[in-house]
Amino acid sequence: MLEIFDIIGPVMIGPSSSHTAGAVRIGKYARSILGSKPIEAEIRFCGSFAKTYRGHGTDKAIIAGILGMDTDGNRIKNSFTVAKEEGLSYTFVTCEIDNVHPNTAEIVLKGDAGNNVLVRGSSIGGGNIIITKINETTVSINGKSTTLIIPHRDVPGMIAFVTNVLADKGVNIHGFSLSRDRKGGTAVMTIELDGDTDATINDAIMKNPDIISSTILNAI
Amino acid sequence: MKASLTVMKESVAAGMNPDTRSVSGLTGGDAYKMQQAVDAKRNICGKVFGNALAKGLAVSETNACMGRIVAAPTAGSCGIIPATLLTIAEDRDIDDDSLTMGLITASGIGMVIANKATLAGAEGGCQAECGAASAMAAAAITEICGGTPQMAAHACAIAIKNILGLVCDPVAGLVEIPCIKRNAMGAANALTAAELALAGIASAIPADEAILAMKKVGDTMSPALRETADGGLAATPTGIKLHKQVFGK
Repeated sequence: MLEIFDIIGPVMIGPSSSHTAGAVRIGKYARSILGSKPIEAEIRFCGSFAKTYRGHGTDKAIIAGILGMDTDGNRIKNSFTVAKEEGLSYTFVTCEIDNVHPNTAEIVLKGDAGNNVLVRGSSIGGGNIIITKINETTVSINGKSTTLIIPHRDVPGMIAFVTNVLADKGVNIHGFSLSRDRKGGTAVMTIELDGDTDATINDAIMKNPDIISSTILNAI
Repeated sequence: MKASLTVMKESVAAGMNPDTRSVSGLTGGDAYKMQQAVDAKRNICGKVFGNALAKGLAVSETNACMGRIVAAPTAGSCGIIPATLLTIAEDRDIDDDSLTMGLITASGIGMVIANKATLAGAEGGCQAECGAASAMAAAAITEICGGTPQMAAHACAIAIKNILGLVCDPVAGLVEIPCIKRNAMGAANALTAAELALAGIASAIPADEAILAMKKVGDTMSPALRETADGGLAATPTGIKLHKQVFGK
Protein backbone atom coordinates (compact mmCIF):
# COMPACT_ATOMS: atom_id res chain seq x y z
CA MET A 1 0.00 0.00 0.00
CA LEU A 2 1.56 3.26 -1.12
CA GLU A 3 0.99 6.35 0.99
CA ILE A 4 0.42 9.98 0.03
CA PHE A 5 4.07 11.04 0.38
CA ASP A 6 5.22 8.11 -1.79
CA ILE A 7 3.58 9.50 -4.93
CA ILE A 8 5.34 12.77 -5.80
CA GLY A 9 9.06 12.12 -5.65
CA PRO A 10 11.70 11.03 -5.33
CA VAL A 11 13.83 13.93 -6.47
CA MET A 12 16.00 12.04 -8.88
CA ILE A 13 18.35 12.08 -11.80
CA GLY A 14 16.47 11.05 -14.96
CA PRO A 15 15.43 9.54 -17.19
CA SER A 16 13.16 6.85 -15.62
CA SER A 17 11.77 6.47 -12.10
CA SER A 18 11.36 2.72 -12.45
CA HIS A 19 14.44 2.07 -14.61
CA THR A 20 16.81 4.64 -13.09
CA ALA A 21 15.73 5.72 -9.56
CA GLY A 22 14.29 2.32 -8.60
CA ALA A 23 17.43 0.64 -9.92
CA VAL A 24 19.65 2.94 -7.82
CA ARG A 25 17.65 1.97 -4.74
CA ILE A 26 17.82 -1.79 -5.44
CA GLY A 27 21.59 -1.48 -5.88
CA LYS A 28 21.97 0.56 -2.72
CA TYR A 29 19.92 -1.91 -0.72
CA ALA A 30 22.00 -4.81 -2.02
CA ARG A 31 25.13 -3.01 -0.81
CA SER A 32 23.69 -2.54 2.66
CA ILE A 33 22.65 -6.22 2.83
CA LEU A 34 26.21 -7.18 1.85
CA GLY A 35 27.47 -5.08 4.75
CA SER A 36 30.98 -4.58 3.37
CA LYS A 37 32.61 -2.77 0.46
CA PRO A 38 31.55 -4.48 -2.78
CA ILE A 39 34.40 -5.50 -5.08
CA GLU A 40 32.55 -7.68 -7.61
CA ALA A 41 29.00 -7.45 -8.91
CA GLU A 42 27.03 -9.63 -11.28
CA ILE A 43 23.77 -8.02 -12.33
CA ARG A 44 21.03 -10.10 -13.92
CA PHE A 45 18.32 -8.07 -15.65
CA CYS A 46 14.89 -9.63 -16.31
CA GLY A 47 11.76 -8.55 -18.21
CA SER A 48 11.61 -4.90 -19.24
CA PHE A 49 14.94 -4.30 -17.49
CA ALA A 50 16.55 -6.89 -19.79
CA LYS A 51 15.10 -5.28 -22.93
CA THR A 52 15.79 -1.63 -22.18
CA TYR A 53 18.49 -1.32 -19.54
CA ARG A 54 21.01 0.37 -21.83
CA GLY A 55 18.56 2.99 -23.07
CA HIS A 56 17.34 3.97 -19.62
CA GLY A 57 20.75 3.96 -18.00
CA THR A 58 19.54 1.17 -15.67
CA ASP A 59 23.05 -0.30 -15.80
CA LYS A 60 24.64 2.98 -14.68
CA ALA A 61 21.93 3.44 -12.05
CA ILE A 62 22.27 0.02 -10.44
CA ILE A 63 26.07 0.37 -10.28
CA ALA A 64 25.60 3.86 -8.77
CA GLY A 65 23.39 2.28 -6.08
CA ILE A 66 25.93 -0.48 -5.40
CA LEU A 67 28.50 2.30 -4.96
CA GLY A 68 26.19 3.83 -2.33
CA MET A 69 24.86 6.80 -4.32
CA ASP A 70 21.37 8.24 -3.80
CA THR A 71 18.71 8.65 -6.50
CA ASP A 72 19.54 12.36 -6.88
CA GLY A 73 23.31 11.88 -7.02
CA ASN A 74 24.95 13.96 -9.71
CA ARG A 75 27.53 11.22 -10.40
CA ILE A 76 25.00 8.54 -11.47
CA LYS A 77 25.73 9.42 -15.09
CA ASN A 78 29.41 8.61 -14.51
CA SER A 79 29.00 5.61 -12.20
CA PHE A 80 31.11 3.31 -14.40
CA THR A 81 34.08 5.66 -13.95
CA VAL A 82 33.44 5.87 -10.21
CA ALA A 83 33.31 2.05 -10.07
CA LYS A 84 36.77 1.91 -11.60
CA GLU A 85 38.07 4.42 -9.04
CA GLU A 86 36.58 2.41 -6.18
CA GLY A 87 37.78 -0.99 -7.40
CA LEU A 88 34.37 -2.46 -8.23
CA SER A 89 34.27 -4.83 -11.22
CA TYR A 90 30.90 -5.73 -12.71
CA THR A 91 29.14 -7.78 -15.38
CA PHE A 92 25.64 -7.56 -16.79
CA VAL A 93 23.60 -10.51 -18.02
CA THR A 94 19.97 -10.83 -19.05
CA CYS A 95 17.72 -13.65 -17.96
CA GLU A 96 14.09 -14.64 -17.49
CA ILE A 97 12.65 -15.56 -14.10
CA ASP A 98 9.10 -16.93 -13.87
CA ASN A 99 6.40 -15.01 -12.01
CA VAL A 100 8.31 -11.88 -11.15
CA HIS A 101 7.48 -8.21 -11.73
CA PRO A 102 8.52 -7.00 -15.23
CA ASN A 103 11.22 -4.72 -13.77
CA THR A 104 13.33 -7.16 -11.81
CA ALA A 105 17.05 -7.44 -11.18
CA GLU A 106 19.15 -9.93 -9.30
CA ILE A 107 22.45 -8.72 -7.91
CA VAL A 108 25.21 -11.03 -6.75
CA LEU A 109 27.75 -9.06 -4.75
CA LYS A 110 31.13 -10.05 -3.38
CA GLY A 111 32.51 -7.87 -0.59
CA ASP A 112 36.06 -7.05 0.43
CA ALA A 113 35.42 -9.09 3.60
CA GLY A 114 35.14 -12.17 1.34
CA ASN A 115 31.38 -12.53 1.81
CA ASN A 116 28.76 -12.93 -0.95
CA VAL A 117 25.10 -12.09 -1.18
CA LEU A 118 22.35 -12.52 -3.75
CA VAL A 119 19.58 -9.92 -3.71
CA ARG A 120 16.52 -9.93 -5.96
CA GLY A 121 14.55 -6.70 -6.21
CA SER A 122 11.75 -5.27 -8.33
CA SER A 123 11.15 -1.66 -9.25
CA ILE A 124 7.39 -1.28 -8.93
CA GLY A 125 6.88 2.24 -10.27
CA GLY A 126 7.61 5.79 -9.18
CA GLY A 127 10.99 4.79 -7.76
CA ASN A 128 9.44 2.40 -5.22
CA ILE A 129 11.03 -1.02 -4.83
CA ILE A 130 10.42 -4.41 -3.25
CA ILE A 131 13.26 -6.73 -2.29
CA THR A 132 11.83 -10.23 -2.78
CA LYS A 133 14.77 -12.53 -2.20
CA ILE A 134 17.98 -12.51 -0.16
CA ASN A 135 20.15 -15.53 -0.91
CA GLU A 136 17.71 -18.46 -0.75
CA THR A 137 15.19 -16.69 1.48
CA THR A 138 11.95 -15.19 0.21
CA VAL A 139 11.35 -11.77 1.74
CA SER A 140 9.20 -8.71 1.09
CA ILE A 141 11.00 -5.51 2.05
CA ASN A 142 10.20 -2.07 0.66
CA GLY A 143 13.21 -0.34 2.21
CA LYS A 144 11.13 2.44 3.72
CA SER A 145 11.64 1.39 7.34
CA THR A 146 14.55 0.13 9.36
CA THR A 147 14.48 -3.63 8.80
CA LEU A 148 16.03 -6.42 10.83
CA ILE A 149 16.91 -9.67 9.08
CA ILE A 150 17.55 -12.53 11.46
CA PRO A 151 18.33 -16.04 10.23
CA HIS A 152 18.04 -18.52 13.12
CA ARG A 153 17.53 -22.20 13.91
CA ASP A 154 13.91 -23.29 13.66
CA VAL A 155 13.40 -24.02 17.36
CA PRO A 156 10.70 -22.85 19.82
CA GLY A 157 10.90 -19.46 21.52
CA MET A 158 12.91 -17.55 18.92
CA ILE A 159 10.23 -14.99 18.04
CA ALA A 160 9.52 -14.40 21.73
CA PHE A 161 13.22 -13.92 22.41
CA VAL A 162 13.77 -11.39 19.63
CA THR A 163 10.58 -9.43 20.22
CA ASN A 164 11.41 -9.23 23.94
CA VAL A 165 14.78 -7.70 23.09
CA LEU A 166 13.02 -5.14 20.92
CA ALA A 167 10.41 -4.46 23.62
CA ASP A 168 13.17 -3.90 26.21
CA LYS A 169 14.80 -1.38 23.85
CA GLY A 170 11.47 0.40 23.39
CA VAL A 171 11.38 -0.27 19.65
CA ASN A 172 8.00 -0.56 17.90
CA ILE A 173 7.49 -3.37 15.36
CA HIS A 174 5.16 -2.57 12.47
CA GLY A 175 5.84 -5.49 10.17
CA PHE A 176 6.87 -9.07 10.81
CA SER A 177 7.33 -12.09 8.58
CA LEU A 178 8.86 -15.50 9.07
CA SER A 179 9.87 -18.19 6.64
CA ARG A 180 11.90 -21.41 6.91
CA ASP A 181 13.53 -23.84 4.53
CA ARG A 182 12.26 -26.95 6.40
CA LYS A 183 11.03 -28.01 9.83
CA GLY A 184 13.91 -27.77 12.26
CA GLY A 185 16.14 -26.17 9.63
CA THR A 186 16.98 -22.50 9.13
CA ALA A 187 14.27 -19.87 9.50
CA VAL A 188 14.46 -16.14 8.80
CA MET A 189 12.62 -13.36 10.59
CA THR A 190 12.15 -10.09 8.72
CA ILE A 191 11.08 -7.35 11.12
CA GLU A 192 10.18 -3.79 10.13
CA LEU A 193 10.66 -1.15 12.81
CA ASP A 194 9.55 2.43 13.40
CA GLY A 195 12.32 5.01 13.55
CA ASP A 196 16.06 4.49 13.59
CA THR A 197 17.76 1.92 15.74
CA ASP A 198 21.27 1.29 16.98
CA ALA A 199 23.71 -1.58 16.61
CA THR A 200 23.44 -2.61 20.27
CA ILE A 201 20.20 -4.35 19.29
CA ASN A 202 22.24 -6.76 17.18
CA ASP A 203 24.54 -7.51 20.11
CA ALA A 204 21.58 -8.26 22.37
CA ILE A 205 19.94 -10.51 19.77
CA MET A 206 23.18 -12.35 19.01
CA LYS A 207 23.42 -13.47 22.67
CA ASN A 208 21.05 -16.32 21.86
CA PRO A 209 23.10 -19.23 20.43
CA ASP A 210 20.26 -20.27 18.09
CA ILE A 211 20.49 -16.94 16.26
CA ILE A 212 22.73 -17.29 13.19
CA SER A 213 23.08 -13.60 12.44
CA SER A 214 21.30 -10.28 12.85
CA THR A 215 21.50 -7.50 10.29
CA ILE A 216 20.04 -4.01 10.57
CA LEU A 217 19.17 -2.43 7.23
CA ASN A 218 18.50 1.27 7.36
CA ALA A 219 15.69 2.77 5.34
CA ILE A 220 16.72 4.05 1.91
CA MET B 1 6.51 18.57 -0.61
CA LYS B 2 7.82 22.15 -0.62
CA ALA B 3 11.29 20.86 -1.47
CA SER B 4 9.77 19.00 -4.43
CA LEU B 5 8.17 22.24 -5.59
CA THR B 6 11.57 23.94 -5.57
CA VAL B 7 13.15 21.17 -7.66
CA MET B 8 10.17 21.36 -10.06
CA LYS B 9 10.86 25.06 -10.65
CA GLU B 10 14.57 24.39 -11.18
CA SER B 11 13.82 21.60 -13.65
CA VAL B 12 11.62 23.95 -15.72
CA ALA B 13 14.39 26.55 -15.83
CA ALA B 14 17.05 23.97 -16.75
CA GLY B 15 14.96 22.67 -19.65
CA MET B 16 14.39 26.09 -21.22
CA ASN B 17 18.00 26.28 -22.41
CA PRO B 18 18.15 26.29 -26.25
CA ASP B 19 21.12 23.92 -26.16
CA THR B 20 19.58 21.06 -24.13
CA ARG B 21 20.50 17.75 -25.71
CA SER B 22 19.72 14.27 -24.38
CA VAL B 23 22.51 11.78 -23.74
CA SER B 24 21.42 9.82 -26.83
CA GLY B 25 21.40 12.99 -28.94
CA LEU B 26 17.88 12.23 -30.20
CA THR B 27 16.03 15.07 -28.48
CA GLY B 28 16.40 18.54 -26.97
CA GLY B 29 15.71 22.21 -27.55
CA ASP B 30 11.95 21.89 -28.12
CA ALA B 31 10.90 23.62 -24.89
CA TYR B 32 12.91 26.64 -25.97
CA LYS B 33 11.19 26.68 -29.39
CA MET B 34 7.73 26.47 -27.81
CA GLN B 35 8.52 29.23 -25.32
CA GLN B 36 9.84 31.45 -28.14
CA ALA B 37 6.55 30.99 -30.00
CA VAL B 38 4.53 31.91 -26.90
CA ASP B 39 6.68 34.92 -26.07
CA ALA B 40 6.33 36.19 -29.65
CA LYS B 41 2.55 35.54 -29.44
CA ARG B 42 2.85 33.21 -32.43
CA ASN B 43 0.99 30.34 -30.74
CA ILE B 44 -2.70 29.82 -31.41
CA CYS B 45 -4.17 28.88 -28.01
CA GLY B 46 -3.03 31.74 -25.82
CA LYS B 47 -0.44 32.27 -23.16
CA VAL B 48 -1.58 29.86 -20.45
CA PHE B 49 -1.88 26.92 -22.81
CA GLY B 50 1.40 27.69 -24.59
CA ASN B 51 3.31 28.17 -21.36
CA ALA B 52 2.01 24.87 -20.02
CA LEU B 53 3.16 23.07 -23.17
CA ALA B 54 6.60 24.71 -23.01
CA LYS B 55 7.08 23.85 -19.34
CA GLY B 56 5.95 20.25 -19.89
CA LEU B 57 8.57 19.89 -22.63
CA ALA B 58 11.20 21.63 -20.49
CA VAL B 59 10.96 19.32 -17.48
CA SER B 60 10.80 16.25 -19.67
CA GLU B 61 13.89 17.39 -21.62
CA THR B 62 15.76 17.98 -18.36
CA ASN B 63 14.91 14.40 -17.44
CA ALA B 64 16.18 13.03 -20.76
CA CYS B 65 19.48 14.86 -20.19
CA MET B 66 19.99 12.94 -16.91
CA GLY B 67 19.21 16.19 -15.07
CA ARG B 68 17.52 16.50 -11.70
CA ILE B 69 13.71 16.23 -11.65
CA VAL B 70 10.89 15.20 -9.32
CA ALA B 71 9.14 11.97 -10.31
CA ALA B 72 5.50 13.09 -10.50
CA PRO B 73 4.40 10.38 -10.26
CA THR B 74 7.13 8.92 -12.50
CA ALA B 75 10.10 10.36 -14.37
CA GLY B 76 8.53 9.56 -17.74
CA SER B 77 5.58 11.78 -16.80
CA CYS B 78 7.53 14.31 -14.70
CA GLY B 79 6.62 17.38 -16.78
CA ILE B 80 2.83 17.38 -16.50
CA ILE B 81 2.24 18.39 -12.88
CA PRO B 82 4.92 21.12 -12.74
CA ALA B 83 3.89 22.45 -16.17
CA THR B 84 0.25 22.91 -15.29
CA LEU B 85 0.57 23.97 -11.66
CA LEU B 86 3.41 26.44 -12.22
CA THR B 87 1.68 27.93 -15.28
CA ILE B 88 -1.59 28.45 -13.40
CA ALA B 89 0.37 29.86 -10.44
CA GLU B 90 2.10 32.44 -12.69
CA ASP B 91 -1.12 33.39 -14.39
CA ARG B 92 -3.12 33.77 -11.19
CA ASP B 93 -0.39 34.83 -8.79
CA ILE B 94 -0.81 31.79 -6.56
CA ASP B 95 1.63 31.44 -3.68
CA ASP B 96 3.83 28.43 -2.88
CA ASP B 97 1.72 27.33 0.10
CA SER B 98 -1.37 26.95 -2.11
CA LEU B 99 0.72 25.17 -4.74
CA THR B 100 2.01 22.80 -2.07
CA MET B 101 -1.58 21.99 -1.10
CA GLY B 102 -2.22 21.38 -4.80
CA LEU B 103 0.64 18.87 -4.82
CA ILE B 104 -0.96 17.09 -1.87
CA THR B 105 -4.28 16.88 -3.73
CA ALA B 106 -2.41 15.52 -6.75
CA SER B 107 -0.67 12.98 -4.52
CA GLY B 108 -4.00 11.88 -3.05
CA ILE B 109 -5.31 11.08 -6.52
CA GLY B 110 -2.01 9.41 -7.39
CA MET B 111 -2.20 7.28 -4.25
CA VAL B 112 -5.63 5.96 -5.24
CA ILE B 113 -4.40 5.18 -8.76
CA ALA B 114 -1.26 3.46 -7.42
CA ASN B 115 -3.24 1.28 -5.04
CA LYS B 116 -6.19 0.48 -7.32
CA ALA B 117 -4.29 0.31 -10.61
CA THR B 118 -0.61 1.11 -11.24
CA LEU B 119 1.77 3.98 -12.00
CA ALA B 120 4.25 1.88 -14.00
CA GLY B 121 4.32 2.00 -17.80
CA ALA B 122 5.71 -1.54 -17.73
CA GLU B 123 2.46 -2.69 -16.10
CA GLY B 124 -0.20 -0.34 -17.48
CA GLY B 125 1.25 1.48 -20.49
CA CYS B 126 1.50 5.27 -20.86
CA GLN B 127 -2.05 5.68 -19.55
CA ALA B 128 -0.61 4.68 -16.15
CA GLU B 129 2.15 7.31 -16.32
CA CYS B 130 1.08 10.35 -18.38
CA GLY B 131 -2.55 9.35 -17.72
CA ALA B 132 -2.07 9.28 -13.96
CA ALA B 133 -0.03 12.51 -14.04
CA SER B 134 -2.70 14.35 -16.02
CA ALA B 135 -5.47 13.07 -13.72
CA MET B 136 -3.45 14.21 -10.70
CA ALA B 137 -2.72 17.59 -12.29
CA ALA B 138 -6.34 18.05 -13.39
CA ALA B 139 -7.62 17.52 -9.84
CA ALA B 140 -4.97 19.81 -8.37
CA ILE B 141 -5.66 22.67 -10.83
CA THR B 142 -9.39 22.31 -10.23
CA GLU B 143 -8.84 22.70 -6.50
CA ILE B 144 -6.39 25.60 -6.85
CA CYS B 145 -8.84 27.42 -9.12
CA GLY B 146 -11.62 27.14 -6.54
CA GLY B 147 -13.36 23.93 -7.58
CA THR B 148 -15.01 21.63 -5.06
CA PRO B 149 -13.59 18.18 -4.17
CA GLN B 150 -16.37 16.67 -6.33
CA MET B 151 -15.24 18.81 -9.28
CA ALA B 152 -11.65 17.69 -8.68
CA ALA B 153 -12.77 14.05 -8.80
CA HIS B 154 -14.66 14.73 -12.06
CA ALA B 155 -11.52 16.37 -13.49
CA CYS B 156 -9.52 13.24 -12.53
CA ALA B 157 -12.09 10.97 -14.18
CA ILE B 158 -12.25 13.07 -17.37
CA ALA B 159 -8.46 13.13 -17.72
CA ILE B 160 -8.23 9.34 -17.38
CA LYS B 161 -11.10 8.76 -19.79
CA ASN B 162 -9.39 10.92 -22.40
CA ILE B 163 -6.11 9.01 -22.25
CA LEU B 164 -7.43 5.47 -21.69
CA GLY B 165 -5.57 2.87 -23.70
CA LEU B 166 -2.45 4.90 -24.44
CA VAL B 167 0.47 2.52 -24.90
CA CYS B 168 4.06 2.84 -23.66
CA ASP B 169 6.23 2.47 -26.75
CA PRO B 170 9.50 4.32 -26.22
CA VAL B 171 11.76 4.44 -29.26
CA ALA B 172 15.02 2.63 -28.44
CA GLY B 173 13.65 2.15 -24.93
CA LEU B 174 14.58 5.74 -24.11
CA VAL B 175 12.35 8.13 -22.17
CA GLU B 176 12.44 10.58 -25.07
CA ILE B 177 10.35 9.70 -28.13
CA PRO B 178 7.36 9.98 -27.73
CA CYS B 179 7.57 10.66 -23.98
CA ILE B 180 8.68 14.30 -24.14
CA LYS B 181 5.82 15.41 -26.41
CA ARG B 182 3.39 13.26 -24.43
CA ASN B 183 4.24 15.42 -21.44
CA ALA B 184 3.02 18.44 -23.40
CA MET B 185 -0.09 16.44 -24.34
CA GLY B 186 -0.58 15.42 -20.69
CA ALA B 187 -0.50 19.08 -19.66
CA ALA B 188 -3.11 19.86 -22.34
CA ASN B 189 -5.23 16.94 -21.19
CA ALA B 190 -5.06 18.14 -17.57
CA LEU B 191 -6.06 21.68 -18.56
CA THR B 192 -8.92 20.31 -20.69
CA ALA B 193 -10.24 18.14 -17.87
CA ALA B 194 -9.94 20.94 -15.31
CA GLU B 195 -11.66 23.44 -17.61
CA LEU B 196 -14.60 21.07 -18.13
CA ALA B 197 -14.89 20.24 -14.44
CA LEU B 198 -14.67 23.90 -13.39
CA ALA B 199 -17.45 24.70 -15.86
CA GLY B 200 -19.63 22.32 -13.88
CA ILE B 201 -19.43 19.42 -16.32
CA ALA B 202 -19.60 16.02 -14.62
CA SER B 203 -17.97 12.79 -15.73
CA ALA B 204 -20.65 10.17 -16.36
CA ILE B 205 -18.21 7.49 -15.21
CA PRO B 206 -17.02 8.13 -11.62
CA ALA B 207 -13.29 8.55 -10.97
CA ASP B 208 -12.95 5.23 -9.08
CA GLU B 209 -14.46 3.32 -11.98
CA ALA B 210 -12.34 5.15 -14.55
CA ILE B 211 -9.24 4.19 -12.55
CA LEU B 212 -10.29 0.53 -12.42
CA ALA B 213 -11.03 0.62 -16.15
CA MET B 214 -7.50 1.93 -16.69
CA LYS B 215 -6.11 -1.03 -14.75
CA LYS B 216 -8.17 -3.54 -16.74
CA VAL B 217 -7.12 -1.98 -20.04
CA GLY B 218 -3.49 -2.17 -18.89
CA ASP B 219 -3.90 -5.84 -17.96
CA THR B 220 -5.10 -6.67 -21.47
CA MET B 221 -2.28 -4.77 -23.20
CA SER B 222 0.28 -6.82 -25.03
CA PRO B 223 3.71 -6.80 -23.36
CA ALA B 224 4.99 -5.27 -26.64
CA LEU B 225 3.07 -2.12 -25.67
CA ARG B 226 4.24 -1.92 -22.08
CA GLU B 227 7.65 -0.24 -22.08
CA THR B 228 9.50 -3.12 -23.76
CA ALA B 229 10.20 -1.03 -26.87
CA ASP B 230 8.88 -3.92 -29.01
CA GLY B 231 5.72 -2.29 -30.37
CA GLY B 232 3.94 0.94 -31.31
CA LEU B 233 6.21 3.81 -32.36
CA ALA B 234 9.32 1.88 -31.26
CA ALA B 235 8.57 -0.72 -33.95
CA THR B 236 8.07 1.76 -36.81
CA PRO B 237 10.77 1.90 -39.51
CA THR B 238 11.97 5.25 -38.18
CA GLY B 239 11.82 4.02 -34.59
CA ILE B 240 14.00 1.05 -35.50
CA LYS B 241 16.38 3.29 -37.47
CA LEU B 242 16.78 5.62 -34.48
CA HIS B 243 17.43 2.63 -32.24
CA LYS B 244 20.24 1.56 -34.55
CA GLN B 245 21.56 5.12 -34.68
CA VAL B 246 21.86 5.20 -30.88
CA PHE B 247 23.03 1.67 -30.16
CA GLY B 248 24.66 0.70 -33.45
CA LYS B 249 22.72 -2.57 -33.84
